[in-house]
Amino acid sequence: MEFSRVAITKEAAEVVEKLKQQHGEVIFHQSGGCCDGSSPMLLPKEDFYIDDNDIYLGEVSKVPFYMSHDQFEYWKHTHITVALTDGRGASFSLEIPLGKRFIIKSRLLNEEEIAYLKENE
Amino acid sequence: MNYSKPRFKEKYGNFINGKFVAPEDGEYFENHSPIDNKVLAKYPRSKESDVKKAIAAANNAKDAWGKTSAGERASILMKIADVIEENLNEFAQMETADNGKAIRETVNADVPLAVDHFRYFASVIRAEEGSATELNENTVSLIIREPLGVVAQIIPWNFPLLMLAWKVAPALASGNCIVLKPAEQTPASATFLAEKIADLLPPGVFNVIHGFGPEAGKPLASSGNVDKVAFTGETTTGQLIMQYASKNLNPVTMELGGKSPNIFFNSIMDEDDDFLDKCIEGAVLFAFNQGEVCTAPSRLLIQEDIYDAFIEKVIARTKAIKMGDPFDMSTMMGAQASNDQFEKILSYIDIGKEEGAEVLAGGAAQKLEGDLSNGFYVQPTILKGHNKMRVFQEEIFGPVVAVCTFKDEAEAIEIANDTLYGLGAGVWTRDAHQLYQIPRAIKAGRVWVNCYHDYPAHAPFGGYKKSGFGRENHLMMLNHYRQTKNMLISYDKKKLGFF
Repeated sequence: MEFSRVAITKEAAEVVEKLKQQHGEVIFHQSGGCCDGSSPMLLPKEDFYIDDNDIYLGEVSKVPFYMSHDQFEYWKHTHITVALTDGRGASFSLEIPLGKRFIIKSRLLNEEEIAYLKENE
Repeated sequence: MNYSKPRFKEKYGNFINGKFVAPEDGEYFENHSPIDNKVLAKYPRSKESDVKKAIAAANNAKDAWGKTSAGERASILMKIADVIEENLNEFAQMETADNGKAIRETVNADVPLAVDHFRYFASVIRAEEGSATELNENTVSLIIREPLGVVAQIIPWNFPLLMLAWKVAPALASGNCIVLKPAEQTPASATFLAEKIADLLPPGVFNVIHGFGPEAGKPLASSGNVDKVAFTGETTTGQLIMQYASKNLNPVTMELGGKSPNIFFNSIMDEDDDFLDKCIEGAVLFAFNQGEVCTAPSRLLIQEDIYDAFIEKVIARTKAIKMGDPFDMSTMMGAQASNDQFEKILSYIDIGKEEGAEVLAGGAAQKLEGDLSNGFYVQPTILKGHNKMRVFQEEIFGPVVAVCTFKDEAEAIEIANDTLYGLGAGVWTRDAHQLYQIPRAIKAGRVWVNCYHDYPAHAPFGGYKKSGFGRENHLMMLNHYRQTKNMLISYDKKKLGFF
């Protein structure tokens, strides 16, 4: 069985689809820090510079999900799901004008998942 | 005095060139109060064309404003301070309605501190002197500071008026024009301020644009017609803004939050006195402003030999925090600023529990009665765990503190510095050596020693590591908003002799 580090809820995926039609290719980048931090940001692909300081966690709704390497060190034992809530946010994330905000739900990776990821990453 | 939700107009405009104007495409968004989730007013959902208008107004005003004397600018800043002070209760009520924080904080902290920041920067520019150095008998070097021109300022929602004052006061004092974008959750106090000071400043010097990050924030941050971008927020948007600024080779300052350690050494319990009482309060300050503070002391480090005795007192003090109507002067903790913030905090409490953290207090949403039942309230929460857990490493921006123990000074420093961030820290001790040595070993821009959450205008504030760079407050801020002009003057009548 295949496992991944990141998933997305149905509601969040629908909003991603809508935003892809509007903005073209997009990426997720997990933010840290204050205010709207600790939330995932959906950004136009050509807007955000990704390099070796970022780690690719997987794909949700055919959108790559990245996080900075040093932040990942503290997140790597958890599985994350991009979910959706009502809200306003306060960043440049593309869903904000819809009155919706992506948030992260987390759980611990189980042993089977950890073994699989160790083998396949 | 009885405080209550102030009266709002149905809708407001952007403040551009000294006047309130409607957004060009006529679109507005509703601003809800987190206290009861009811609509307060509508604000412009600005787009690039509105932002460009504000930037143009600021550029038109910058030459004349940049040439005003320090005396004139100081006098205007003093008047702005007076206007805020005269309307202190209205500003406080507006801030509480908009952000959800308890009225006792807005009345006693947010608004008076904003007043003081304007007075501080009005004062320091009158006392400033440049430098003139005789480099040799025929050459004098003059250093003269010139304003940058137009600055874009993007401010957060946790202290809407105070964060405005932190950025606006030094930028105006140093002779810049401003395009300010308040956070979309908290547009009220910036608009109210613009109404009150419209006649004090020449048109175009201070402009306020409302709207959403991707629609209004992005064209502001990426404009080639601003000379600096100052941002408070999170790391991904911080990187984006730096990318935009790199295209224009513009300077930026970044304040991006933290995960501040608050360290309690065993000597604090040598006596049962006022200082111990202060230490307990110092640990409970994680709940100040519902924990929505960049420097929130969200990691509590307690020396292991006093842990049981001290945490018992901290838990008792935390459980005594009164939640309720934010407009009641006896309420200690109000609502979280928005629904998404509320949901995020609860999801962090969940992952904390799943990672094995022990809930010592709180741990859930707080249900309130009546209209408040639709608001966003979270119990002050203490989670016991270890520093590698995510609740110890990520900014929750809620009333959640993660507590762990340490054996000795070396371990305290190691845990304190095991974080991506370096904005604030607290050190509590009766030991005179520790109160100097420990703060020096902590990689953070502000270390409070035997106090916490004090923000005087005269003390520089800013981060190490991923907390950003640049500083706020203190007269050094003036140079964050100025160019250095060097005039090198020769008195020598003789040529160099090369040609």
